[in-house]
Amino acid sequence: MQTKVENNKAWFLVMPVFLIVAFSAIIPLMTVVNYSVQDIFDPQTRYFVGTEWFKQVILDSRLHEALLRQFIYSLTILTIEVPLGICVALMMPTKGRGASIALILVAIPLLIPWNVVGTIWQIFGRADIGLFGAFMSYIGVDYNYASNPTDAWLTVVLMDVWHWTPLVALLCYSGLRAIPEVYYQAARIDRASRWAVFRYIQLPKLTNVLIIGVLLRFMDSFMIYTEPFVLTGGGPGSSTTFLSQALVQQAIGQFDLGPAAAFSLVYFLIILLVCWVFYTTIMNMQKDK
Amino acid sequence: MAWMSWTLPTALFFIGIGVILVGMTTWQILSPCVERRGFLPLATTRGDRLFIGLLSSAFIHLAFVALTDVNIAVATVLCAFWMLILMRWG
Amino acid sequence: MTQSSTTPISHNSRVTKEQAPVHSRAERKARNANIRGRFGLVLYVVLLLLPIYWLLNMSFKTNTEILSGLSFFPADFTLENYAKIFSDSTWYMGYVNSIFYVSMNMVISLLVALPAAYAFSRYRFIGDKHMFFWLLSNRMAPPAVFLLPFFQLYSSVGLFDTHIAVALAHCIFTVPLAVWILEGFMSGVPREIDETAYIDGYSFPKFFVRIFIPLIRSGIGVTAFFCFMFSWVELLLARTLTSVEAKPIAAIMTRTVSASGMDWGLLAAAGVLTIIPGMLVIYFVRNHVAKGFALGRV
Repeated sequence: MQTKVENNKAWFLVMPVFLIVAFSAIIPLMTVVNYSVQDIFDPQTRYFVGTEWFKQVILDSRLHEALLRQFIYSLTILTIEVPLGICVALMMPTKGRGASIALILVAIPLLIPWNVVGTIWQIFGRADIGLFGAFMSYIGVDYNYASNPTDAWLTVVLMDVWHWTPLVALLCYSGLRAIPEVYYQAARIDRASRWAVFRYIQLPKLTNVLIIGVLLRFMDSFMIYTEPFVLTGGGPGSSTTFLSQALVQQAIGQFDLGPAAAFSLVYFLIILLVCWVFYTTIMNMQKDK
Repeated sequence: MAWMSWTLPTALFFIGIGVILVGMTTWQILSPCVERRGFLPLATTRGDRLFIGLLSSAFIHLAFVALTDVNIAVATVLCAFWMLILMRWG
Repeated sequence: MTQSSTTPISHNSRVTKEQAPVHSRAERKARNANIRGRFGLVLYVVLLLLPIYWLLNMSFKTNTEILSGLSFFPADFTLENYAKIFSDSTWYMGYVNSIFYVSMNMVISLLVALPAAYAFSRYRFIGDKHMFFWLLSNRMAPPAVFLLPFFQLYSSVGLFDTHIAVALAHCIFTVPLAVWILEGFMSGVPREIDETAYIDGYSFPKFFVRIFIPLIRSGIGVTAFFCFMFSWVELLLARTLTSVEAKPIAAIMTRTVSASGMDWGLLAAAGVLTIIPGMLVIYFVRNHVAKGFALGRV
């Protein structure tokens, strides 16, 4: 960190990135801000309304529900995926041919387009043509993700765990591979138990990757859209309508530009806050090292 | 540009942000700032404090809009003071 | 040995009394843990692949067979679903479109991210940390937030329904990710290499292309893989920015399904075909991808 050279010409190297991301990020963001303070019927007929949409959006109970649902959902999948991912990473072989095969197999769900993930579980969870649905009715559970909110939740969570645990597992796996063999030898000499090895050797080495993993998973689950959209369409009722879904419904479905823009901004501010907290934590941890 | 539906207040807002960024950069070139610790629980540079100030101001405005019927200008004045305190002692 | 498995506790205590060599017990324990680990891994992978297998299985069945009951193997093996996709241009062009804009995105992301990542890993400059954070926040921002003006933005510059529009839009999350990963890989390269090269009279571009890029080859491969991955799986932006000419396979799947009233076999076949490119790509980077998943920071 200390070895970096002070050089403002480095800005020339960063410029292309800045321009390309600014084109797709800053201009739309400005537009969203403009929309959020106006009532727009068409580009010529628009009225300045000030903060009215913000008031409406913040006090909207549907959005409170969506936000609450979103937090519960994100926390649920994190509490399942992180421990499960660590377990899978610990079980994966580190050397030889088996390591590559295990790696590729575990990574497969990450490479499936999100709508296909939704389709897979849409099929898999149906009692008539899907294995999981059929299995559930076989063991005597009345399971139907399309009409029962609890079942819909279960399926969406299960789908996310299926889809994203591999990411946590692969992150941890790469963290584990970076531990020098000497550490394990020392542990063997001390006759440390399996738990002690995990607690005092492996877990400390995993903290860094785990923070990245939690950051990515939290953020990505916070913007989840496609999978539940394909699987349940946000239903039954609005039981699986998360923030992005609610936003898209308002923006595209009802074409309420103003409220949708205000909603976007509130959503964006929340994301920005969470992202900043995580980023500062990561940076401070790297500094302490 | 027409499709962006500009209004005077939002245009002023973005010009303001732009001026602040340019100003901060010039300030940084004229007198480079060192990281320090104020009342915030972490070491910050000027830019960090500016970001914290802007983000918290945004949330303060939202809280004002949601919870009270007071004119939004009151929140803005309050935030300006908050920003000053943060930049000086944060 | 057979006894040991039935009464492990008494066996263990007896071994201690008999002063059996400690390491052999530890080794056996380690081996048992290893076997348990392998078993657990196999179980996990089987559960992981089961839904995918089910899709594959369905894609080889006719619709009547799918709806008539469950079976683990297609009784009436058919390639008809695949034939339908490969003979209809609206279907297979979807794959071509997707691959086209994903490749474009990959190239653009790498070209702009390489110099930027170098700057972040080697230099301090005004606003570097804030710039980095801003990039990161774009990776984290939900596409739904930008959805509203994207359509107008790309229409106004005349790029609507072109591949480059989707490629550019996807840059909003692939470029920050590429910078993040590459910065991690580049920080692992000692600075002395740069300095020696400059002393030897290399100019910056020459040094960068001739020496530095070959050094982080694996990092570039992994970055390309991640750009591919996140651009390939995204639907919301790709669907919004296209209508006919550049429509991705993901969008074609959703439309055709609702129109033809759930053609399950065809849907499954289309789904299976979307998985294949990803598997090919990961095969090429399998040796480096583990490090890439930690964003080059291990």
